[in-house]
Amino acid sequence: MPSPTPSTDAVIEISKLSTSFGDHVVHSGIDLEVRRGEIFAVIGGSGSGKSTLLREMILLHRPDTGSIRVLGVDLQALDGGDANGETLALRRRWGVMFQHGGLFGSLTVQENVGLPLREHTGLDDALIDEIAAAKLAMTGLEPQVGAQYPAELSGGMRKRASLARALALDPELLFLDEPTAGLDPESAGEVDQLVHKLRELFGLTIVMITHDLDLLWQLADRVAVLAEGKVQGVGSMSELAQMDNPAIRKFFDGPRGRAAHEQDKQQADVHTSGQTG
Amino acid sequence: MHPMSAAPAAIAHSSSQELVLSGAWTARGIGAIAPQLDAISAPAGQELRVDGARIEALDTAGAWVLQKLLQRLRGDGNALRLHGLRPEFARLLEAIEQQMADQERPLAASAIAPPSALEAVGRSTQAALEQGFALLSFVGECALALGGCIAHPARVRWRPILYNIRSAGFDALPIVGLLSFLLGVVVAYQGADQLRQYGANIFVADLIGLSMLREFAPLITAIIVAGRSGSAYAAQIGTMAVTEEIDAMRTLGIAPLDVLVLPKILALLIALPLLTVFADVLGVFGGMLMARAQLGVGFGDFLDRFVKAVSVTAYLIGVGKAPVFAAIIAVVGCFQGFRTRGGADSVGRQTTRAVVQSIFLVIVADALFSVAFSALDL
Repeated sequence: MPSPTPSTDAVIEISKLSTSFGDHVVHSGIDLEVRRGEIFAVIGGSGSGKSTLLREMILLHRPDTGSIRVLGVDLQALDGGDANGETLALRRRWGVMFQHGGLFGSLTVQENVGLPLREHTGLDDALIDEIAAAKLAMTGLEPQVGAQYPAELSGGMRKRASLARALALDPELLFLDEPTAGLDPESAGEVDQLVHKLRELFGLTIVMITHDLDLLWQLADRVAVLAEGKVQGVGSMSELAQMDNPAIRKFFDGPRGRAAHEQDKQQADVHTSGQTG
Repeated sequence: MHPMSAAPAAIAHSSSQELVLSGAWTARGIGAIAPQLDAISAPAGQELRVDGARIEALDTAGAWVLQKLLQRLRGDGNALRLHGLRPEFARLLEAIEQQMADQERPLAASAIAPPSALEAVGRSTQAALEQGFALLSFVGECALALGGCIAHPARVRWRPILYNIRSAGFDALPIVGLLSFLLGVVVAYQGADQLRQYGANIFVADLIGLSMLREFAPLITAIIVAGRSGSAYAAQIGTMAVTEEIDAMRTLGIAPLDVLVLPKILALLIALPLLTVFADVLGVFGGMLMARAQLGVGFGDFLDRFVKAVSVTAYLIGVGKAPVFAAIIAVVGCFQGFRTRGGADSVGRQTTRAVVQSIFLVIVADALFSVAFSALDL
């Protein structure tokens, strides 16, 4: 689904980024730019360093060299203290949905979602509970789920709860780590729509890591392909589909890649005929 | 979307028929005006204009508060007209209104009354009984698995047994040695005053020998090992239960008891008596040093008296208790590990339980031994 014209100012700028763990080089010179209001996806095979890149963008890991600017702040210049003023101010402006949820097992779902509000705002408890319930409802969870503990939820519900918590402070920037991994196709489709709806409602910029080709075709405005420590190509899915780079080709050739492409074409037809009416 | 410099949210009556909203209606900006909002009212049955043109930022929390205000005023019978709101804010407000209408429907999920005192007593009794029965059945399962291993010695896993002997036994030598040495010092020091009053200095060997060998060395060793290894067993098995590793093991046709529990029990059955002997030696040595320093009893005299005072039976009684303590520690630690459900906090809870219960049971067992031995005149 093509984007409704994202404006061009950059929310994330990465330049000449290099990372290695011991002798193992993960990134050797990565340049990327994420623009305001777009849904940006990073793809790549296992071990291509996309998770490390995400961790570097959200201040959980420091790259060896290179610079990352997020929301206009140079991450290298921050001293990395967890409760430090500037770092904290930046962290409040983004939300992260972790692959396995990262929900706190000792808190109920509603307390999990309300936690950022409780920690970082002066709102009273009753209001926080109402807002947390509203966030849960926005992510499509039933009200009674709020009283349950994360261990009692299914994988899909845990992802939704995690998303609700990421949205608690109405971030400008949302990071999604494998938003549909481990979900059944129906839940994955619902996540598609959910992410789309949230972007419409809050004008979010979304950065996601995914393997889900359907999700990429449906949702991503631009996609970066990581391989061998470098960005092999950036563009919309249909642009990438035209490129000849073998590292990119392997996402499109093969039966799964083609099936996702076909399905997207069909859906696009349905959408255009529906929207003209 | 969130200008960092926006002023906090504010609300004011510009006339009796117009409310002016301004500033950042965000989670951080509305903290100060929440009480003020409750005080806003308008004479009923009037048309009220709400000017939203000067709202600089609006997020879910702000929209929620604003929507609540609007609904309250509408409920008072005022006709409201909200104007001037930026389109994206209007969209958010509309979404929140929708959300609120959905939530109106019964939200009585969290209204569970706390149990009465009687109910709490009943529930904890039931839980304790249930846990007792579960422990018994776990002991039974372990005994069956052990019997199976004895019948088929090829099933015994020697490598984890050796590993556990090293981690629970050999690695514990320094701490066990140090603590029992200090215990010997303390007992001799406390006894010295009393013995000196009666001129019975040489009997310090009886005091140290019997107390260390029969009681203190086995007990202190068991308590240290319960804290060191019992907790580690519970935490390891508990984490494996949480991450579905135990289930995976079962589906692969590997009995978790054979792999995780029996090696630990067998290793501790071997290691704890050896540690106890080591604690005996260090404890008596500590007492001997103190006897010379405080009572002037030389090493030669001490050892002469020690041989006469302390029978082999006393030594064997002490060391003989160790395997029982070992079985208690390993079984309780593993049992609590297997009972872990849910997440990280459950692992912590079960680990605490493992340590508390195994130390409790070790001391109870020690008391039973004392009763039994005195009945047998040992």
